[in-house]
Amino acid sequence: MTAETLASAAAHRRPAFSLGRWLERPGVFSWLMVGPPVLFLLLLVGYPFFYGIWLSLLDRPVASEGRFIGLGNYIADWNNPVFWQVVLNTFVYTAVATVLKMIGGLGLALVMNQDFAFKNLTRAMLLLPFIVPTVLSTIAWQWIFDPAFSVINWSMVALGLVDPPGPSWLGNPHLAMASLIIVNVWRGLPFYAITLLAGLQTISPELYEAATIDGASAWTRFRYVTLPLMKPIIFIVTMFSIIFTFADFQLIYVLTHGGPANSTHVLATYAFDIAMLGGQFGQGASIALTMVPALAFLILALALYLRPEKT
Amino acid sequence: MTVGASGGRFLKLWLPLGVSLIFTLFPFYWMAMTSLKTNQELYSRKLNPLIAHNPTLKHYVDLLTETSFLEWTWNTFIVAVLSTAISLIFGAMLAYPLARIRFAGAALVSFAIAATYLVPQPLLFVPLADIINKLGLGDTLTSVILTYPTLLIPFCAWLLLGYFRTVPTELEDAARIDGASRLQTLIKIVLPLCGPGFISAGIFAFTLAQNEFLYALIFLTKTEVRTVPVGAIAELVRGDVFYWGQLMAAALLGSIPVAIIYSFFVEHYVAGLTAGSVKG
Repeated sequence: MTAETLASAAAHRRPAFSLGRWLERPGVFSWLMVGPPVLFLLLLVGYPFFYGIWLSLLDRPVASEGRFIGLGNYIADWNNPVFWQVVLNTFVYTAVATVLKMIGGLGLALVMNQDFAFKNLTRAMLLLPFIVPTVLSTIAWQWIFDPAFSVINWSMVALGLVDPPGPSWLGNPHLAMASLIIVNVWRGLPFYAITLLAGLQTISPELYEAATIDGASAWTRFRYVTLPLMKPIIFIVTMFSIIFTFADFQLIYVLTHGGPANSTHVLATYAFDIAMLGGQFGQGASIALTMVPALAFLILALALYLRPEKT
Repeated sequence: MTVGASGGRFLKLWLPLGVSLIFTLFPFYWMAMTSLKTNQELYSRKLNPLIAHNPTLKHYVDLLTETSFLEWTWNTFIVAVLSTAISLIFGAMLAYPLARIRFAGAALVSFAIAATYLVPQPLLFVPLADIINKLGLGDTLTSVILTYPTLLIPFCAWLLLGYFRTVPTELEDAARIDGASRLQTLIKIVLPLCGPGFISAGIFAFTLAQNEFLYALIFLTKTEVRTVPVGAIAELVRGDVFYWGQLMAAALLGSIPVAIIYSFFVEHYVAGLTAGSVKG
């Protein structure tokens, strides 16, 4: 502040243009700094986004010029029963996985918030599913769910719970969706648990002591101390999780590839199949863009909530 | 009394913790066991599958000698290092003015960063595939080195912003009064104090870049430019035949570098993970 005032005072005394001083002006310096990355993001995020909207209005098989057909692709989506099944799958997958991760993550965070030996090591191990490349761990899950050599089925048969060969995890539509959700929860739960744990640790122990002195039970303390203080962080983590689960691709692509009979296709994998495997760029872009209304709502809410400016 | 207390501790701590740990770690155990079994043992219904009866390193040897796994590992490393470096530099360039200077358009820039962070890849892959093709960047590592930072910059900027704000303004004012320019102040005073921030953001960006799959799957279709996740999926599954032993060996070897880096910096990683969310 002082330096700025001095600099501008100096500029008034000597009106001759000085590049050095010009560069020190807050607006000039700031835009010289943020300019290149902003331009980079505009070119590789902003432009593709609007180009995607344009593509979705074309009938454009791969490697052809494309023909403008207005909302033709969207109308085709609307009249396509598979598309509606995919939309439903996406919502089921997102809703069930998010609820399970939220409850499980909060539970695990509360468990982890106690004192015990090797706490840091435990925390590090619990985060592993979130760290390792999803595709690679999903391959392991695919083998766990293998139709002929599933270790789950082997164990259940060995314990006498089911008759061999046991359930076909990825072959039955409902079980396939359940399997995807299990793997998604496995991968995402640590993120919830560790983030919520960090939130729990910011709650002052004095609040609990005061509540205990007033005779509050464990449940009352949770309901009236923990939950209200954790609300903002639970909100953020959940929104994050919803956005990334809603747009999940790799887990489904590897584990079921949308099968059996489209019962686990979500918008991202379906758009990929139509655009990349089917070569229909316009149609594929239109399917991907149908994620926008739901995403825009979530993104806007979160972006407003999280603006770096806000402290 | 003591029995009741320790029983409570068992129910409230050890039981749920144990179940969570088994659920978390079993797939890794299973990867390791599968990768050590002979094919004969893998496809036997009689033997107990939970342990390898005749452990062998054959799948690892085959993976390293008969496939391009080492090349994919190298590609993944190069891509992750370069896209992380770009993201840290651009992230710092965005974060510093937002943290310290009032300038016109700051609100717009910060909103754009937050929004970009949350735009998922599936929304952009169709147009990006077309753009990358038109630029002639298909099947080059450049295609992913350029696109990964779009996923990483917002996060880096956001994290660094928090660290820049922790530097006392008095230090910067003193440097400015002594005649340092804004850029000199940033480089000589602020950056050296924000090392932990750069490590957190770097670790996080690095693991995300190693993890990325969709863009790599679309842009990289030749063996010699593939990254580990895409290579494993595309080349260790031939037709309908899954080479489970090799796949598990690849999954384990592909996970180990990330896990090792992460184990050294776990505190930084957790700091990065929670920075954004705990702030509110």
